[in-house]
Amino acid sequence: MTSLYEEVRGDQPGEVPVRRVSIRVNGVNRTADIEPRLLLAHFIRQGLRLTGTHVGCDTTNCGACTVLLDGKPAKSCTVLAVQADGHDVMTVEGMATASELDPIQEGFKDEHGLQCGFCTPGMMLSAKALLEENPNPTEDEIRWALSGNLCRCTGYQNIVKAVLWAAEKMRAQAGK
Amino acid sequence: MYPSRFNYESPKTIEEAIALLTKGNGEAKILAGGMSLIPMMKLRFASPEMLVDINNIPNLNYHRVDADGTFHIGALCRHSDLEKSSILAQHQPTLAATAPLVADPIVRNRGTFVGSVCHADPQGDWASAMIALDGMIVAQGPKGRRTIAVRDFVTGPFQNVLASNEIAIEAIIPATTGTRFGGYLKLERRIGDFATAGVAVALELSGSSVIRAGIGLTGVGSSTVNATDAAQSLVGSPLTSEAIERAADLAAQAAQPRSDHRGSAAYKKQVVRTFVARILTEINSTKTKAA
Repeated sequence: MTSLYEEVRGDQPGEVPVRRVSIRVNGVNRTADIEPRLLLAHFIRQGLRLTGTHVGCDTTNCGACTVLLDGKPAKSCTVLAVQADGHDVMTVEGMATASELDPIQEGFKDEHGLQCGFCTPGMMLSAKALLEENPNPTEDEIRWALSGNLCRCTGYQNIVKAVLWAAEKMRAQAGK
Repeated sequence: MYPSRFNYESPKTIEEAIALLTKGNGEAKILAGGMSLIPMMKLRFASPEMLVDINNIPNLNYHRVDADGTFHIGALCRHSDLEKSSILAQHQPTLAATAPLVADPIVRNRGTFVGSVCHADPQGDWASAMIALDGMIVAQGPKGRRTIAVRDFVTGPFQNVLASNEIAIEAIIPATTGTRFGGYLKLERRIGDFATAGVAVALELSGSSVIRAGIGLTGVGSSTVNATDAAQSLVGSPLTSEAIERAADLAAQAAQPRSDHRGSAAYKKQVVRTFVARILTEINSTKTKAA
């Protein structure tokens, strides 16, 4: 697999700095030769064809490209893929199993936490990191944790409800 | 968007990193959190030939209080480490108030304190706090280490005194002789936006008397503003409402804001005045409660 940019293909061999990286994405080790300037977001989307990670503003503002890097939310448009070498990445594709949605995904569905859906993958991953750390967050804590993810449709109300819904379901599951 | 082409190095020691920077001969940049550098490279405001990624150098991600009372923050300490730190909350009220207001929660997971100070953005929150606290930066180069006061470290917007082969490895906040009080307030249009204006205040009190004061202003000048007259006006007397008002007025005078889409210059001065008064009044009531 190659995840070089298309526009470098015309270059003479040897001119382009290339590094081999191994990144564990959604539990699977992915090894590739990449240019250092390749962004993690492009590695995921163009290299691995995991297009659930969205590129929104491309300027570190909107959080649509949020992935979990070693369990912590990171804006993948502002991380070089080489920096993820040897690290663990989780994208929205890693949330559900073949048979079951993640409770957070269920919450977004049940509480209508999305309209256009563009910000949703990033929202859900930020929410996932929050609920790992704090299984019983208040509404304020949810709004604070999601403040790096912008949504231009919902007004956030149902997103917050969705995360509260998921938190409750996850607590109930953990209590069993 | 993506950056122009560069060579990437990920050294395992500070010495190795310095050697790479020397080899880079002014065309190499250090990559720590990357939360300012990578956007600048994507926008092609910066096109370094080499990136020296220091994230694989061990023992740089720390913050601690030493026995002598000095507070140390390592080059890879992230904003979020500080935000969640009980040591910071206990010892450094100004920094503890600043930490949750830096950028947004996702950026705070990667961005570093020392990197932010080095970036010397007039909009940087930490620089104001460091100015208020008389903080210092420890730089290491081929000839060894030197310590630079932050007020001398930043020479202008996005400019610092580091040589091209020096690395800022640590920030130090000096020990206090009195009791430390402080705060940080920032007005922003939404979380993650640059500040309309921000104010950092650091005080040391002995009894009810102020024995040391520092005030740093964010986003109201071509670099972080050190409101020395305002701070000096507080020293030697208790925090009376007259003293608070005088300091707030002097801080507003020290601010050199420009009118822009975030507000007029007069408005930003008023925000500075209000924030200084608000922080000092809050300190006064906390102090009274504690006593």
